[in-house]
Order: sequence, then C-alpha cells, then structure tokens
Amino acid sequence: MTTEVRDGLRYTRDHEWLRAEGDEGVIGITAFAADELGDIVFVELPAVGRKLEKAGSFGVIESVKTASDLYAPVAGEVTAVNEALNASPELVNSDPYGDGWMIRVRIDDPASAAALLDADAYRELTAG
Amino acid sequence: MSETEARVEAPKRTALHAAHQRAGARLIDFAGWEMPVQYTGIMDEHRAVRSSAGMFDLSHMGELWVDGPGAAEALAYALVTDPTKLAVGRAHYSMIVTEDGGIIDDLIVYRTGEQRFLVVPNASNAPAVAAALRERLPASGYAATLDDASMRTSLIAVQGPNARAILQPLTDVQLGSLKYYAIAHGTVDGTDAWVARTGYTGEDGFELFVEWDAAPRLWDRLLEAGASHGLVPAGLGARDTLRLEAGMALYGNELDRHTRPAEAGLARVVKLEKAGDFVGRAALEAAAAVGPRKALVGLELRDRGIARHGYPVHLPGHADAAGIVTSGTLSPTLGIAIAMAYVPVDQAAPGTMLDIGVRATRVPAEVVPLPFYKRPS
Repeated sequence: MTTEVRDGLRYTRDHEWLRAEGDEGVIGITAFAADELGDIVFVELPAVGRKLEKAGSFGVIESVKTASDLYAPVAGEVTAVNEALNASPELVNSDPYGDGWMIRVRIDDPASAAALLDADAYRELTAG
Repeated sequence: MSETEARVEAPKRTALHAAHQRAGARLIDFAGWEMPVQYTGIMDEHRAVRSSAGMFDLSHMGELWVDGPGAAEALAYALVTDPTKLAVGRAHYSMIVTEDGGIIDDLIVYRTGEQRFLVVPNASNAPAVAAALRERLPASGYAATLDDASMRTSLIAVQGPNARAILQPLTDVQLGSLKYYAIAHGTVDGTDAWVARTGYTGEDGFELFVEWDAAPRLWDRLLEAGASHGLVPAGLGARDTLRLEAGMALYGNELDRHTRPAEAGLARVVKLEKAGDFVGRAALEAAAAVGPRKALVGLELRDRGIARHGYPVHLPGHADAAGIVTSGTLSPTLGIAIAMAYVPVDQAAPGTMLDIGVRATRVPAEVVPLPFYKRPS
C-alpha cells in the first residue's frame, strides 16, 4: 500500500518529516511510519525549551503493540509541542502531516534541513 | 551450508492464508505460523467484537482427540482437572503441569462422548502437550488413545453480541440451547462441525471446529452472513487486547513453567480433591500448604503512560522492583492503560497503589479486581 508523501517537506530515513522556513521548523512522522505502527495510543513529547541533537531521541510514540523512539531530523530547541496529541494520539494516524504534528523547533543550522531527503527521495526509499 | 547451521522452517499457513491476504491482513510469525495480526486496525477490530462481531482464524491451535473406555480417568491423571465429572456435551478450562507443578499449557477440554474428549492446547504449546499426553495416557494405567488432529482441523471463532444472530441461519445446531462452555455436533453451511460456545474475548461467541479444507468456504459464507450484522475479520492483535480486558491469562505472559496455578489466581481450577494421583499432585499439595509466592493482579494506570510486558513494578518510593508486568496495553473499551502483573502477595489487595517503571519515569497504578471489563448481561 502506498502512503502519502507530501511535497515541500524534508524527510529522514527514520520516517520523520520536517517543514522548515528559515530557522523555524515543524516535525512529525510520515504516513508510512504511522501506517507501520498501526493505531497510535500514546505520544510522549519533550518539554518546551529542551535542546535536541540531530538524530537524538526527542520522544516516544506507542501503538497498541509497540513503543518506538522519535528522532530529531535537525539540532535545535523545542519551542512548542502539540498538546492535542495527549487526548487524541490517533491524530497521528488520521492527519500525520497536519493536525498530527508533534513539535516546533528553532533550528540551530538552517542549512542542515537542505541536507535531508526531499519528497522524491523519500518516495523512493519507501517504495519497497 | 555448514552442518551446524540450524534449518529454519518456513512458517506454517492455515487454510485461510489466501483469505487473509485478500482481506489486506498484516501477517506476522506467531508460534511458527503466519497469522494475521490485524486487518483494518486493532482498535477497529476490538471495538467491532464488543459492539457487533469479529471473526478469528484460530486454525493454528491444537486439536487432540482422546478416546477409550478409560479416557476420562487417563485425562484426570494427565491434567489438573477432573474430566470424569464433565457431562457429555460440556467443557471446562484446564491446565497441564510438570511434576513440579509448573504450567506447561492452559487449555480447554470438551467432552464429546462418554469415551471421547477434545483437548485444545495453545498453538505455541500444541506439540509439547501432544508429547506429554502421549507419555501420560499410557502411564495412567487407563485405556485411552491419542489422535493429534491439529493439522486436519480448522478453527474459526465468531465472537460478539451479534455472533448468535450471524451463525444461527447457517447451522442446524440450536444455539439458544447451547449453554456457555458446551459443545454440540452438527453442520455449519452444510459442513460437518463441532460448535462450541467458548471464547477468549469476554463476549458471547462460538468456536467452530471443521475439517481443514472446509475453512475457506465457511469463512466467506460467514462474512456474507455477517455483513448486515457488522461482522469483521479480527486478528491476533485484537484477540490480545480483548482477552486482557476480560482478565484472561495468556500463556507466555501470565503463565509459564515457572508459575504454579495458584499464583496466577487459578487455584480453583486444580481439583486436589479428585480421586487418584495426577502429574504434579505432590508439588501442588505442598504449594497449597505454604501458599503462593506471588500474586497476579490487575492494574489501572492513574497517570499518563502505558505499561508493557517486562516493565518493573515498585512499591512507591522504593528503588528495587518488587514485581513485574506480564501484559499491558491501552484498553480500547476503557480508554485507560491497563496491565496484569505479578506482585508480592501482601501487595495484591484491590486499592493498593504501586509504581510502574515506564522508561525513565514511575507511573502510579492501582490494583483493581479482574476482569477490567464484563459484558453487559
């Protein structure tokens, strides 16, 4: 089954997406990842102000059967978290690129976003 | 290939493998079988079983027929229960234990005739149970033979409030007269079947034992018949969340060879008062005199977090673990995280507050009576 890959976003091999505008970024997981996980029942997100390292774990996402780490696509500082995911973790399944967003970050090095996979490269990666 | 390389066997497939693929199932390896873990999603399937009906392929489970003039007595020697007390057409939950009283499997025994029993072990233990019975039946001194029909038998379960309405038009078995934990012979969709009113979900439902090759047509007919009653295929993922809500043990989680029945809250299943010896009697009598070493409890988490198999359970404020989580999930019906765990016997009273170690944090949890969910009567 082909899941949605959105143009204009950057992607990691761990199936996170990043929407970057200058040094402001929004991060979530892709439809591919959400589909693999199945019904999401719990999302553990960092506190605002937390410093993230590129490829470091910034939280945990749990489905009915498993728990998985979330990895930061870029280094930066968390400026906001999606509190709606506390009561409605299923938003990650229903709208992974929109209402299922996870954190906003101030990106340390905006150039690092360009080094991530673009939509076509991610499509190829997940074509399977 | 070197001589020392293990020969990895391909997973076995039930007769419904093609049906699962057509239905878009996600398949996983379970006990050496390729089985559906989900179709549309675990939450959807779980909710369907609670509100309408779900259908499960359980053909990977074992079916062991025990026949003979001494079948009941031989099984009374081999198992912890007393099948001599089972009426024809009735069933009971049982266990087979080691000499030391450790649980080899939990299973259901159905009496289909004066001298005929159907023993249904878990898929993961079917070979071990068959081997144990092959030893124990002759050792009992009673006349009984074993026929392992596991690879000739398919098993389909229909579970949920609409199960009876879905199944009755397809069968000559009078489902209204079939009590809970009873079994009857008849036909379903014209196919020879044993129809049992048993299940592992906490809902009303039926388990249909048919000849291996009869399953694909029966599965499709049931889906057709169930379409207007909200019947959906349901996988092992939902099977696990359903049984956990219903407070039922899962072999490999709550039960294993290092656990005795009383520790899992199953002392009442062991019939120490039955006549004659049985395998494990001495160990279980000695254990009964001393009392269990641990207690299985239900827990509801009172703060954010989900408990999982293997997570530690602490007395509040204590660094060392006092117990361990055996099963845990987010309960689709209750909307909270629930778990079963082994804890010290003096921490097992409902209302006791304990801490579950979830990654780096401690999540408070309250001991609650089982089951977490009981179907409305």
